[in-house]
Amino acid sequence: MNEATIDIKTNEMAHDDHHGPAKGITRWLYTTNHKDIGTLYLLFSLLMLFVGGAMALVIRTELFAPGMQITTPEFYNQMVSMHGLVMIFLVIMPTFIGLANWMIPLMIGAPDMALPRLNNWSFWVLVIASIVLMSTFFVEGGAPSGGWTFYAPLSTEYAKPSITFMILSIHLLGMSSIMGALNIISTIFNLRAPGMGYMKMPLFVWTWLITAFLLLAVMPVLAGLVTMMLTDIHFGTSFFNAAGGGDPVMFQHLFWFFGHPEVYIMILPAFGIVSMILPTFSRKPLFGYDSMVYATASIAILSMIVWAHHMFTAGMPLAGEIFFMATTMIIAVPTGVKVFNWIATMFQGSITFETPMLFAIAFVALFTIGGLSGVMMAMASVDIQYHDSYFIVAHFHYVLVPGALFAIYAGVYYWLPKWTGKMYNETLGQIHFWLSFVSVNLTFFPMHFVGLAGMPRRIPDYSLQFSDFNALATIGAFAFGISQLIFAYIVIRAMFAGKPATQEVWDNPEGLEWTIPSPAPYHTFETPPEVK
Amino acid sequence: MIDSLILFARKLLVKLVAVFAAFIPGIAFAIQPYNLPVGVTETSKEIFDLHMFGFWISFAIGVFVFAIMLWSIIFHRKSVRPTPAKFSHSLKLEILWTVVPIIILVALMIPATQVLTRTHDSSNAEIDIKITGYQWRWHYEYLDERVKFFSNINTPEEQISNQEEKTAEYLLEVDKEIVIPVNTKVRFLLTSADVLHAWWVPDLGVKKDAIPGFINEMWTIVDEEGVYRGQCAELCGTRHAFMPIVVRAVSRPEYDDWLAERQQGAEEEAALAQKADWTPEELLERGKQVYSINCIACHQTSGKGLPPAFPALIGSSVVLGPKAAQIDILLNGRSGTTMQAFGALLSDSDIAAVITHTRNSWGNSGQDQTVFPQDVAAQRSK
Repeated sequence: MNEATIDIKTNEMAHDDHHGPAKGITRWLYTTNHKDIGTLYLLFSLLMLFVGGAMALVIRTELFAPGMQITTPEFYNQMVSMHGLVMIFLVIMPTFIGLANWMIPLMIGAPDMALPRLNNWSFWVLVIASIVLMSTFFVEGGAPSGGWTFYAPLSTEYAKPSITFMILSIHLLGMSSIMGALNIISTIFNLRAPGMGYMKMPLFVWTWLITAFLLLAVMPVLAGLVTMMLTDIHFGTSFFNAAGGGDPVMFQHLFWFFGHPEVYIMILPAFGIVSMILPTFSRKPLFGYDSMVYATASIAILSMIVWAHHMFTAGMPLAGEIFFMATTMIIAVPTGVKVFNWIATMFQGSITFETPMLFAIAFVALFTIGGLSGVMMAMASVDIQYHDSYFIVAHFHYVLVPGALFAIYAGVYYWLPKWTGKMYNETLGQIHFWLSFVSVNLTFFPMHFVGLAGMPRRIPDYSLQFSDFNALATIGAFAFGISQLIFAYIVIRAMFAGKPATQEVWDNPEGLEWTIPSPAPYHTFETPPEVK
Repeated sequence: MIDSLILFARKLLVKLVAVFAAFIPGIAFAIQPYNLPVGVTETSKEIFDLHMFGFWISFAIGVFVFAIMLWSIIFHRKSVRPTPAKFSHSLKLEILWTVVPIIILVALMIPATQVLTRTHDSSNAEIDIKITGYQWRWHYEYLDERVKFFSNINTPEEQISNQEEKTAEYLLEVDKEIVIPVNTKVRFLLTSADVLHAWWVPDLGVKKDAIPGFINEMWTIVDEEGVYRGQCAELCGTRHAFMPIVVRAVSRPEYDDWLAERQQGAEEEAALAQKADWTPEELLERGKQVYSINCIACHQTSGKGLPPAFPALIGSSVVLGPKAAQIDILLNGRSGTTMQAFGALLSDSDIAAVITHTRNSWGNSGQDQTVFPQDVAAQRSK
């Protein structure tokens, strides 16, 4: 990509000091500063990572051995459902929005997000939504237990009271996401520094621009869907009730019309992060920038016509199944292009292995495993056996944990010195990586085997032949969970102590964010930089 | 404790070696427990072959990608190669790695479509069995044969709660198996009485959702006699893990005998439903049977239920109170809970019998100790 230069005048720096952050709690409540809001998003999702992770450990403890151990089947179902909802809506998505808040203005040379007040509101709405979602544990009958997919009729006609609160929470989460997406789109469209053409934008900006459009396209569908649930539950409609002329399968179509693009919403920004990090530590430009942009756009468009591959056992007509099998397979092509471009970026580079690079490399490798099992699942006739088994659980955890989450870790380690002005502890970072890398595979790889051997997902108890690998997965899960405490320690410590970071932090990295001091001043790019 | 840990570690090691060996061609197909079952139908065998085809293609792509990554990691690290190359694009390569995957995907797509087309053709079946999912058991009805029955999990609650040692078929055993003849095309018609369920027997290579208000079709031709086990595969509420499926495939004559026996049983049942002069003792005995088939999944053998979702019948105000309220719940279910309506499923005598059973068991002793079929009939006609 192009060389970027910037000219910061010293008198402007002095000017900044007069407009520093407000003091006390109001700084955070009323803030319209993209860096503050980014920090809020990131800290909030870090907290939620441990909440969702604790639920995962309850699940794995129950599954350590056959027989019921520590939960009841009902509570287990609540854990499974809430673990999914928390990790998707309160961890992965907010983290990406937090990273977008911090980095997009710095990457395109904008002074802030285009709609700062909306930005503040979208964060605090998220907090309210999460409180509503968590409150369901205290509603009579407990939290939602119909899975994160809350299929009809289990979560409509047979809904317990907490489903209504979940619907409210999803509405709020949807509002928050839509506001976040609008903000990102208007920022990228309007606030790019002079000379920053679209095909000069860093890939993280590109992937987020495309993700934001996906969010705008599908979050309203989810909102419509949960509203239909609400009227089915409370106002006597029969959208999903066959006895009233409705259709439970329509629920699945609507859900996955949202749900499949949603999985790309959770992975496209990760693609962007990795595309930033691999070139820096390979000391070589990103291979195939243009085709990376086109591949991302193709994935996004295709992601909206593959949804029914989640429903190969729902009883679709043959023609429908063939169509969705074909589109699903096609989506592997642009995804493959991305993987090949990444390895071509590393090839013949001059690679060093700092923590961000380790996580980025692990992302490419392990995401590939998740992608390949995805191709196997695309074969509709074979998916008959895979569907709703632990093979699926293994697949989507491979793309979301060593996929999305590892990319997030890579990004956090990469930009943390820019945020705090202090280097994190590299030794601890390496320890965090290796523990996570080993334990994440120990947790999720055995799930492939029990799934193929016939273990259904979402069960609190299983027959004896699945015992050994489940025990292994539980050991892995605890090792993984404990390793993440190291991450929390590293991040929090780097806020307050550590070696001062230089302006460039890394060895000659590319991008406008490295042309400003570390830590990034409260206000940056009040005068747009010149991009040549 | 230490010994059991060592034993566990040893077992695990053996399994791990087996699994890694599974990646080596040749040995791969000897290691069955951790792969898809080959199964006993043409469909399941075709699915298995396709699965292995997809696996080896994925494996090859994975090896290729990881090899290049490893090569770069080892030989293109800064300490070995201080000056990076400068290249950043190649149209030729981009075209190559767009076209080659397309060819591979077409190679996967063609056989997958062929198998899919074949599995969709459920015409010309000799036997039709309607399968209805209930929370949390399966109901089988042999259409035109007057044979229908519920199939409940048969694993004792004591095994599930770790009070007794678990037996080999733990969670995969039922009170009444579904019996089908081998070498015969059997069509399954799937639906549900409440929420979504899915009927999955891996060895047969069949899985399909049971959806309330809709009927899904699938079919199978089993090649080998034997017992094949499966489970519900769609989250259907609290006891989703506890509604297994057991299919017994037998020779045609054996199947005909079984069917005849069942039909005779059905006639006896019908006669019993017609019977007018029940004594309290007969009702009690009958009620115990009805209870064990229809009620124990939720209310448990002990009558203690699994509160809060499934209330205890011991000391329940409904069971100890006037009979009319209990008859009403049995006939019409209880809205907003998982207590379903049994009015259409059970005869008047069975409903009377099971109510009588609950009113005289586990130390229960309240009003209306005995309920007669006539009481139920009277309330049903209201």
